Amino acid sequence: MAEIVIRNLRKEFGAFVAVQESTFTVADGEFFMLLGPSGCGKTTTLRMIAGLELPTSGQILLDGKDVAQMRASARDIAFVFQMFALYPHMNVRKNISYPLLSQGMSRRDVRSKVEEVARILDIESILDRPVGGLSSGDRQRVALGRAIVRQPKAFLMDEPLGALDAEFRERMAEELRALHDRMGATTVYVTHDQLEAMQMGDKIVVMNHGVVEQWGTPQEIYDRPATMFVANFIGSPPMNFLRFEATLEPGAATARLSGVDIPIPPLESGVSGRELVLGVRPEHVRLGTDGAYRGEVIATEYLGTTQIVTLKSPNGTLRVRAPSGQPVHVGERVSLDFNTATLSLFDAGSGQAMKVDRAAVRAAMKEQSHG
Amino acid sequence: MSFSVTEPSRLQKSVAGALVVIYALVTIMPLAWIIATGFKSPNDAIAYPPKVVFEPTLEGYVNLFTTRTRMSPDALEEIGQPETWYDKIVRQYDMVISGPSRYGERFLNSVIIGFGSTFLSVFLGTLAAYAFSRFKVPLKDDLMFFILSTRMMPPIAVAIPIFLMFRQLGLSDTHLGMILLYTAVNLSLSVWLLKGFIDEIPVEYEEAALIDGYTRFQAFYKVVLPQATTGIASTAIFCLIFAWNEYAFAVLLTSGTAQTAPPFIPTIIGVGKDWPAVAAGTTLFLVPVMVFTILLRKHLLRGITFGAVRK
Repeated sequence: MAEIVIRNLRKEFGAFVAVQESTFTVADGEFFMLLGPSGCGKTTTLRMIAGLELPTSGQILLDGKDVAQMRASARDIAFVFQMFALYPHMNVRKNISYPLLSQGMSRRDVRSKVEEVARILDIESILDRPVGGLSSGDRQRVALGRAIVRQPKAFLMDEPLGALDAEFRERMAEELRALHDRMGATTVYVTHDQLEAMQMGDKIVVMNHGVVEQWGTPQEIYDRPATMFVANFIGSPPMNFLRFEATLEPGAATARLSGVDIPIPPLESGVSGRELVLGVRPEHVRLGTDGAYRGEVIATEYLGTTQIVTLKSPNGTLRVRAPSGQPVHVGERVSLDFNTATLSLFDAGSGQAMKVDRAAVRAAMKEQSHG
Repeated sequence: MSFSVTEPSRLQKSVAGALVVIYALVTIMPLAWIIATGFKSPNDAIAYPPKVVFEPTLEGYVNLFTTRTRMSPDALEEIGQPETWYDKIVRQYDMVISGPSRYGERFLNSVIIGFGSTFLSVFLGTLAAYAFSRFKVPLKDDLMFFILSTRMMPPIAVAIPIFLMFRQLGLSDTHLGMILLYTAVNLSLSVWLLKGFIDEIPVEYEEAALIDGYTRFQAFYKVVLPQATTGIASTAIFCLIFAWNEYAFAVLLTSGTAQTAPPFIPTIIGVGKDWPAVAAGTTLFLVPVMVFTILLRKHLLRGITFGAVRK
């Protein structure tokens, strides 16, 4: 097992830059997610780690050794393809044996290894079946078997659950995570599904247009998005953006939106006359009657335990997750209360998050509740 | 794969069935006539009105494989009574068998040249198609068009330059020369057909093999080739049919050692009566292509629908 360090990795296809100077580290034994919309460069990054594409520049350190320009077969990495890519002219046993045969392992050892892997994945009964007639779940397991049988330094997975039915996906995701916890193998996993990334990953890299937007744990990425893109991409419904223009001193604890002062986490540096964006997660808004900042309800969606309320405020449309028991009617004007510690502030021009002092807010709130 | 097609009505089915039967009859008629003529006597073969019912004889086949000499009654008496069944057939015309004909050799030439050029076309075509399908080849589209363009004029248009070149190179009337010529003509078809088939094979299989520790050539040989058998089989059949039936170049460039069966068969007719021998030669000539096609039939049927089904 190994640590993977990506340094200034870049890939150009002619004039098109697929990946721009990516840098991140996958720690030994981590389940690492590469997340982003299609065409963001996540699959290209994965293919460069695998050796299926050669980077234009930059380094890929596998256990401290730069493998960026090495052949795929020399890297000792396993890859699980989205369409599984099981060899269609071989049966299950031969598919799983194939990586071992290339190493010149004796037939007896191959046999026992394949059977051990089949036991782990619970596919012993289908070992002699052709791969053509297998269910997608079994194909998935065979593809995993072919990957783990060699005990490679790392596993790379390109949307391995993308080809499965929705109900089966969840079960396979659990199986995959359990398998990872059991083997402790470094895994890099590409997905465009933010829920999958949040659910399975130890760490997530969010990419867009070939740029690494943010790199951190699921909590960090959800709570403190580094850019408006991340804030919008993660979470369902996504973070609400309220646009306003302001001049703020460093340490300012309120912002004036449409004539109403709203408490914000103190800014680390000031701004003057800039367009800013206040980022609010749907579940961090309380709908009430007596606040000063108000919005008009334009739609409600009932979701069982919660409801999504769409409101029109003076600074933009918001979608709010409210308890489903709370009576809300279309056309009604309600007040909006924000959970100050969870607010994010972005520079509207660059889309970057502004540094704020959340700890100060939390300390203040703690004091309040004690006092 | 699921697609919904409405079940045709009984009437539609029977009309379609009748059309297929009529078409089959029209196609099979000439073939059946040739096969029947091979078993007729020379007089039955040219009888008018044509004879559908006749007494079968192997005369055509005996004449096909032998050369015969007419002898005077005295000389025939000296030889004595014919011993074998084929001697008896020949003796009806006061003739004796003087030796084997050249049909066997010509047939063997056809086999060597036909299968040799088919093998070479498919072998080179597969490698070229793989390269065009998978690698960045500079001017790929232009090269593919150029390859196709070699088919745009009738090959016989360059017969004279080829004739002169072959004479200069000492390739006239050699097996190698004919194999090279047919390969050159077939290669464009083979590259284009096979590229289509290889394009359909997902790249992921090779990538999986590369990651599993195999070289590019091993991936091609062990993973791509087994999946391309459909394409290879149908391409091989097309190539073989062309090389097997080719007549014009064979007449022009071969006369002796490397002469194939097509230019030889018409020469059997001799003084103008021996249609059964010509028909017999044609019938036997059909057999190898038929056997080859039947052997590869399973692959061919899938090959005909190539491009239609996304795997």
